[in-house]
Amino acid sequence: MTDTFGERETDYQRVQNSEEFQALKRRFRRFVFPMTAFFLSWYFLYVLLADYAHDFMSTKVWGNINVGLLLGLGQFVSTFAITMIYARWANNRQDPVAERLRLHIENGDPLDGEAV
Amino acid sequence: MSASLTTLLKAAESEDIGNPWVNIAIFGGFVAITLVIVFRASRNNKTAADYYAAGRSFTGPQNGTAIAGDYLSAASFLGICGAIAINGYDGFLYSIGFLVAWLVALLLVAELLRNTGRFTMADVLSFRLRQRPVRMAAALATLTVVFFYLLAQMAGAGGLVALLLGVDGTAAQGLVIAVVGALMILYVLVGGMKGTTWVQIIKAVLLIAGAAVMTLWVLAQFGFNFSDLLQGAIDMAGEGGEAVIEPGKQYGVSTMSQLNFLSLALALVLGTAGLPHVLMRFYTVPTAKEARRSVVWAIWLIGIFYLFTLVLGYGAAALVGPEAIKAAPGGVNSAAPLLAYELGGTILLGLISAVAFATILAVVAGLTITAAASFAHDIYASVIKHGEVKPDGEVRVARITVVVIGILAIIGGIFANGQNVAFLVALAFAVAASANLPTILYSLFWKRFNTSGALWSIYGGLISCLVLIAFSPVVSGKVDPVTGASLSMIKNTDIDFHLIPLENPGLISIPLAFLLGILGTYLSKDKSSPEKYAEMEVRSLTGAGSEKASVH
Repeated sequence: MTDTFGERETDYQRVQNSEEFQALKRRFRRFVFPMTAFFLSWYFLYVLLADYAHDFMSTKVWGNINVGLLLGLGQFVSTFAITMIYARWANNRQDPVAERLRLHIENGDPLDGEAV
Repeated sequence: MSASLTTLLKAAESEDIGNPWVNIAIFGGFVAITLVIVFRASRNNKTAADYYAAGRSFTGPQNGTAIAGDYLSAASFLGICGAIAINGYDGFLYSIGFLVAWLVALLLVAELLRNTGRFTMADVLSFRLRQRPVRMAAALATLTVVFFYLLAQMAGAGGLVALLLGVDGTAAQGLVIAVVGALMILYVLVGGMKGTTWVQIIKAVLLIAGAAVMTLWVLAQFGFNFSDLLQGAIDMAGEGGEAVIEPGKQYGVSTMSQLNFLSLALALVLGTAGLPHVLMRFYTVPTAKEARRSVVWAIWLIGIFYLFTLVLGYGAAALVGPEAIKAAPGGVNSAAPLLAYELGGTILLGLISAVAFATILAVVAGLTITAAASFAHDIYASVIKHGEVKPDGEVRVARITVVVIGILAIIGGIFANGQNVAFLVALAFAVAASANLPTILYSLFWKRFNTSGALWSIYGGLISCLVLIAFSPVVSGKVDPVTGASLSMIKNTDIDFHLIPLENPGLISIPLAFLLGILGTYLSKDKSSPEKYAEMEVRSLTGAGSEKASVH
């Protein structure tokens, strides 16, 4: 690692301030924070319903399958879906940028739009 | 069905279900095969990265399977099946919390942690803060979580032995606990993280395959109609049987039990991403991308397994019946083994019993290596020796720690044998969610966060959890209104010092720890270092400078 502490900006700070890294970070936070807020809200909505709305959850939909069971299975479905959406998004959108920045830091490969 | 049920009940009465020698033989086979693999895997254990992180050489799918192996403990398999068989829908709620929790790990923790740390959780927490105090705090929190988790597993082993191997008597059960502990020490001592990971992988495959076979078998008996299976469970439960498919049978009793459930739900969903033995698994893969693949694999395996347990739990309720389960030695935990016996007789019972036993062995091994790494790497090397220690010296200390922890686990397991231990696992999750998760998230995402905020949050979360538990009805003062017997840890009903009615501390301690992190940060003059924050942020998102796989 090439840390240059002191008055001067370190290499990491230079990369941190670069447009490409800031865009990477912005995209990451704009994806994971709302997604986390969504799945936690959905989870606690389910928990509160199971905890306090027994009659609603016991409503039968088909045979012995009731709303509670369907919403519970819905938690499984949403967890699997978010997992696959995130993995796909990170593989396609984030990994190439992260890899380019990593090679720039470790080997000094030039970034886009940077003078060689 | 009724004929076989009669034999089963007779068997349950004589406390001798199946043939213990079949169970022991199948379990012995598992031990022999895994020992060979562990010895083969140990040949390349040279450096600290080999010992703690398996040379970072596992692939995402391999590590994901091992994570599932770590996570699907005896509590998951026997506990959830039993909870659904007895309490119906309320048992299902556990598995949902345990599963959704993985999204926190996937989105916010796994990859960033892999990119910034080396061996332990404290590596990440102390990255841009003052090393020694933060490492010490993080290591203490790690050891506390591991200790509670370990005790629960070892004590559970005692109960399982009674049921599966037909071993009665405290001394004989103690001997079996000692054998389990000694085997575990051998695995971890010889195999390190690589050997432990292989044990987890084999165990996870056996457990999931066994549950899949039983699930199909149960469904086949009801013409693959889940509604009919539920009807079977309702009929078997007798008068008011509808309650088994509705929420509230266990937690809907009173306002307090509803709050207890809310507290548990919070601890479950936020605890997983703070469990040190789960976090350490992310270091066994070469890159953040593989860490992500691990979690994706783990989520699928764990999710599918919990769907199996839903069928198995209701299957046990329909085919064995709650009364027979409660009457069997091992009580609620015996639902899955009894169902196996009902379906496939002695051989299937032997297989499922051996898998359940292997589960305890593997989880205990994973916990032990985490505790050893935390002590040797964080407390010994960084705090006591100021980082002036050769890597092989650190590994030597880690190996000694393994033996010490193994012996402590054996003693603790013998001592806790027969205790109600379910609360220990819930407590481990609550401590992980309160003491670990806030600091992990703040140090990864909050620039202003500083050492004082970390110490307030870790110690505040840890101490509030322990205090709330000590003065809760879990420890003293909970009395069964019908029988007058104590339901607490302290069996003497005259001793009652419980002050807080809450059984799980999460509802109070988790928000408190998040708040203390903010207060500690703003009330101190500590400056966070912009250079280190830049390094941590850039490394966490790009993987630059992260530890690579070791080449042999």
